[in-house]
Amino acid sequence: MSNMQQVNYPQTLIAGNALNKSKGLKKSVAAKKSFSQIKFEKIFKSTLVLIALSVVIIVLAIFLTLVVQSMPSIKALGWKFLGGKTWDPVSNVFGAYPFLIGTLITSFLALVISVPFSFAIAIFLGEYYPKGWLSEVLKNVIELIAAIPSVIYGFWGVFVLVPIVRDLETRLGILPYGIGIFTASLILAVMIVPYAASLGREVVRMVPSALKEGAYSLGATRFEVIKNVVIPYAKSGLFAGILLSLGRALGETMAVTMVIGNSPIIPTSIFSPGHTMASVIANEFTEAADSIYLSSLIEMGLLLFVVTVIINVIGKRIIKRFTNE
Amino acid sequence: MNKTNAHIKWRIAKSNIAKTVILVLAFACVIPLLAIFFYIIKEGVTKINWHFIVSLPKPVGEEGGGIANALLGSLLIVLCASIIAIPIGILCGIYLSENKNTRLAYYSRLAVDILQGVPSIVVGIIIYFWIVKETQTFSAISGSAALALMMLPIIVRSTEETLKLLPDSLKEAALALGLPYHRVILKVLLPCGISGVLSGVILSVARIAGETAPLLFTAFGNPYLNSNIFKPMQSLPLLIFNYATSPYDDWHNLAWGASLILLIWVLLLNIITKITTRKWRVQL
Repeated sequence: MSNMQQVNYPQTLIAGNALNKSKGLKKSVAAKKSFSQIKFEKIFKSTLVLIALSVVIIVLAIFLTLVVQSMPSIKALGWKFLGGKTWDPVSNVFGAYPFLIGTLITSFLALVISVPFSFAIAIFLGEYYPKGWLSEVLKNVIELIAAIPSVIYGFWGVFVLVPIVRDLETRLGILPYGIGIFTASLILAVMIVPYAASLGREVVRMVPSALKEGAYSLGATRFEVIKNVVIPYAKSGLFAGILLSLGRALGETMAVTMVIGNSPIIPTSIFSPGHTMASVIANEFTEAADSIYLSSLIEMGLLLFVVTVIINVIGKRIIKRFTNE
Repeated sequence: MNKTNAHIKWRIAKSNIAKTVILVLAFACVIPLLAIFFYIIKEGVTKINWHFIVSLPKPVGEEGGGIANALLGSLLIVLCASIIAIPIGILCGIYLSENKNTRLAYYSRLAVDILQGVPSIVVGIIIYFWIVKETQTFSAISGSAALALMMLPIIVRSTEETLKLLPDSLKEAALALGLPYHRVILKVLLPCGISGVLSGVILSVARIAGETAPLLFTAFGNPYLNSNIFKPMQSLPLLIFNYATSPYDDWHNLAWGASLILLIWVLLLNIITKITTRKWRVQL
């Protein structure tokens, strides 16, 4: 540190001298000023390091807090927690299997529904119409879909989507709940479209035009260029987009809680009511009285945290590798 | 000859079909957006009047009532969250743009990425243990802390990206004049990139203004008017969630009006972000 001061000292003193001449201040005042500047500089630099460090510490602390708080249930239940098929807080039976299944089914169903749409948007904006008013409109639509708060999606779902699904169920001859996994997936699908779409657009745009021109000059039609050049080239980026949407879908809470029906049973079909990990936490966290109940909810939070972190980090890695190429 | 002609025609037709399918699928996304907009506006616009904005919710069975407590609460919670998150986020962004290749920058960047992906309900749990359990009471300030945690990654990222875009010569010129490091950053670089940084801040506010899940176990909600940030406080998204899931029509009406106000608020913030980013691009 003393070395640094020696390097900085003459430089700032020169600046101090210049200031001294122009403003006609006394020399000692200028020297004092430059010393205080050096001090500030040091404080500023260490503040920056401290804050960057604190962000790392916060993330570590989040993980540790979750682990520590879910310790009672990990100790008491072990692996039975994940495999247990009944969730009955009254008689102290905690099995997270129904919620795991509920989360996986809703997320993947939402992904399956949303992927055709988000890829269509990505190709439309990246390849067919990268510029012009039509693409501006679509771009704004995507941003607005991402901007609407999830509680509003949920509210709208309860009053508009649920009756529609109930109608559909009556026509299909199933018990017309209306609420359930299918409804939750529909809403989730709308909510996650922007993530895969906007990332996909960037990737599709980055396909080198020399490759496309080569294919065109060989007589390929537009569709053939997209199918055989654009999509294979952008494959990994499109996959990263799917991963990021999946991360969103797994952690989404409010909209799902409002339409999924909140019943801790193993879903028998995609129309039956269910529960996801996030929705069970939202519903029961404040009611959880004894420690095992609370900590088993937190263990689900830990699981959710770990899974979304892995998905997000892999997705970001893929994007980084793609953009560096 | 005829055969190849037919083949070419079929290929062109296939290309056209594919284009139409993609167009239709892409614009199908407009339908849910418009459906939500129109429904919220249709249900909400009749409920909003002066009385709705300035009065408190009435108990079930009484006509009227408003959402003054939620409006005030939302404003205060978001304000406190911004006060916590903006300085930390901007400083962390400065560190990341200044030190691109240090080990700390690598881990810090990773931490920001992770923080961005943390499900909002988990953020709620964390702040419950860090603040609510320690202070023994639900409070608005704990809600603000949870929202600040969600704002942080967006602010860090936008600050870092904006400062990276600034030419190195700017910094070199300032340093050559003998300016100390902190003044170079705070008086030269940051003002040059202010609209980029600002748009990140506004975007982050827009993202968290509608968040409900982190507030469930922190701000908790409060049916009365409260401006003490160390006490439980109502906020717009919480009010919508609580009243929308209740079985009473009066409360549903309040929730529709609140939804419209929240929607307008969030959209306004998004539009402001767009305007500031546009300004930024033109300057560059």
